[in-house]
Amino acid sequence: MKTLTTKLFATVGLGTVLLLGGCEMPPPESTQWGYRGTGMEGLYNPDTLNELDANNIVPEALPAVPAVGPKSKDVYQNVQVLGDLSVGEFTRLMAAITEWVSPEEGCNYCHVAGEGFAADTLYTKKVARVMIQMTQNANENWSQHVGGAGVTCYTCHRGKNVPEYVWNINPGHTVAGGMKNQMQNVSSVAAGLSSLPVDPFTPYLLDARNGRHAGTTALRDEGGVSLKESEWGYSLMMHFSSALGVNCTYCHNSRAFSRWEESSPQRATAWHGIRMVREMNNDYVDPTTDWLPPHRLGKLGDAQKVNCETCHQGAYKPLLGANMIKDYPNLARLARPEPEAPADEAAEMPEASDMADMATGGDQ
Amino acid sequence: MMEYQNIFTTVQVSAPDYAGVPVENTHDDRSGILTHSYLMGKLGDAQIGPIYLGPLGVAALFTGTIAFLIIGLNMFASVNWDVIEFVRQLFWLALEPPGPQYGLSFPPLNDGGWWLIAGAFLTLSIMLWWWRTFALAKNYGMGNHLAWAFAAAIWLYLVLGFIRPVLMGSWSEAVPFGIFPHLDWTAAFSLRYGNLFYNPFHMWSIFFLYGSAVLFAMHGATILATSRYGADREIDQITDRGTAAERGALFWRWTMGFNASMESIHKWAWWFGVLTCVTGGIGILLTGTVVENWYLWGMKHGLVPTYPMIGEAVVDPLLTEGAQ
Repeated sequence: MKTLTTKLFATVGLGTVLLLGGCEMPPPESTQWGYRGTGMEGLYNPDTLNELDANNIVPEALPAVPAVGPKSKDVYQNVQVLGDLSVGEFTRLMAAITEWVSPEEGCNYCHVAGEGFAADTLYTKKVARVMIQMTQNANENWSQHVGGAGVTCYTCHRGKNVPEYVWNINPGHTVAGGMKNQMQNVSSVAAGLSSLPVDPFTPYLLDARNGRHAGTTALRDEGGVSLKESEWGYSLMMHFSSALGVNCTYCHNSRAFSRWEESSPQRATAWHGIRMVREMNNDYVDPTTDWLPPHRLGKLGDAQKVNCETCHQGAYKPLLGANMIKDYPNLARLARPEPEAPADEAAEMPEASDMADMATGGDQ
Repeated sequence: MMEYQNIFTTVQVSAPDYAGVPVENTHDDRSGILTHSYLMGKLGDAQIGPIYLGPLGVAALFTGTIAFLIIGLNMFASVNWDVIEFVRQLFWLALEPPGPQYGLSFPPLNDGGWWLIAGAFLTLSIMLWWWRTFALAKNYGMGNHLAWAFAAAIWLYLVLGFIRPVLMGSWSEAVPFGIFPHLDWTAAFSLRYGNLFYNPFHMWSIFFLYGSAVLFAMHGATILATSRYGADREIDQITDRGTAAERGALFWRWTMGFNASMESIHKWAWWFGVLTCVTGGIGILLTGTVVENWYLWGMKHGLVPTYPMIGEAVVDPLLTEGAQ
């Protein structure tokens, strides 16, 4: 009997270890953001939070330089989107971008040594120009999503040439001849390894497919959306969840997912985010496709695009909400169209030595 | 000490080979292996076999195998006949019903057609097996309780895969064949139709389902606890109530003021099991066909409690800022 008991406990013990092997050690940290009893709360693993802190360290800002002095467009050639910056600011921003995007390759990632800075020889330079505009546009026109913290190149790039989390149109996995790819029912990386659709990005973050599928009336609605549509929206939501490291109740009250009245303000922020990302992909990323070398294109020849994870990288706010834009106000808004130049402004040319000082300051 | 904590039997029900009483109207060529297993005797009767399939059983297995093969081969083809991927992704793979564009028409084989054929064979197989359950019980002079209980489960199956899709006018409303895909479908179904928890028939179904589990445990515990007084002779005790039945009855009457009888507890169990499927089927049948959003339906009928909101009120941006 004693042997039997020992064996039994050993078996139960082993079984428990096997079953719980993939679980996280309790206790999780919890945050409440809705009325008690509604389950509006977030659960976080303390280890994951530590990891998150380590992954979201903001680089120290370069010393600020005055905005006075000659404009870069008057000093350099072919400055199309940052022409209104003073030469000092311009140089400082270039140095910052180098640190954010190509810390190893340096200036030569975008500029060919010996050719001068003006030439648009490299595709990287042309892409950088579009990306600067994209960043400025996000900060200026999408404050409902990025407001408060803003975005810079570093938000996504984090010292890498191409942000770590980007996506391409997914042609789907290979199916046998004669079969039709259902674009779901295989392990979906985009949808948190569920069997949901594998590419929720193309319909919602490139095309403007309607993501609202829940019924809007109590009783039968003839015009209701097909049940299959729900699986696509559900897939996108799984991406949101994993990209932000949050659960459903960060935005939704799970008793009525579709009801805005019962949602948290974050849901409205996300709503604007969908439209912001859609604009980024259509107006900024897609037009670069023609210049990109083949190794920067997806299987279907499309440019690498933005989704939530591109910026958020597992955090509820990119860089845990750190405000970098205050240190780089030149990225906060798009360049204005050429104003009617008042005659007296052209006369304000500082001494050459001032310019050199500013440039040096920017390089530090 | 380890008597009640242990799932294994204390008595091996083991006897010489016994093929069962001869029964009229059946080919009494019960066939296959007849053997005894000590390990199976730990769980139930130690004798294994012989089995009787008969024409209905053979037909059910045959059609069921066809359905199984169609589903399996479609899954296999969906990973381009790659054995490793097939094994690795088995729980993710599915045979998906047709898209909404096909309505109730017969779609191309590779876009839902196979799903319809597999469903037809699976339904045929289940029906034949049901008929077999019915016929066997009749032949053995039993009541048809098993057949009708099975029918309750078939009702739920038919609502999900056939009756509701037909009423909705689209096969796309039906469930895919696949392990994870049918679970994702279930979650999507509740999201699409506004939270099944507010569906009263879903509530009933859960009540009977959980109730079944509780009743099962209560009944098993009561009989085990009084078996030393003869409670395992339940049928005797229905009409000739002995001290086992008295003790069990007293225990429950003192615990909750009311008790089942040795007979009624089995009726409770049967009805709880059957009603789980019957009410669940009604709940699914009404979803989409009559009720579009169960949460909104619940609000309309005072079913939804209100909670104070914390922080600023959130408004649908589509209403305040226009379509973007």
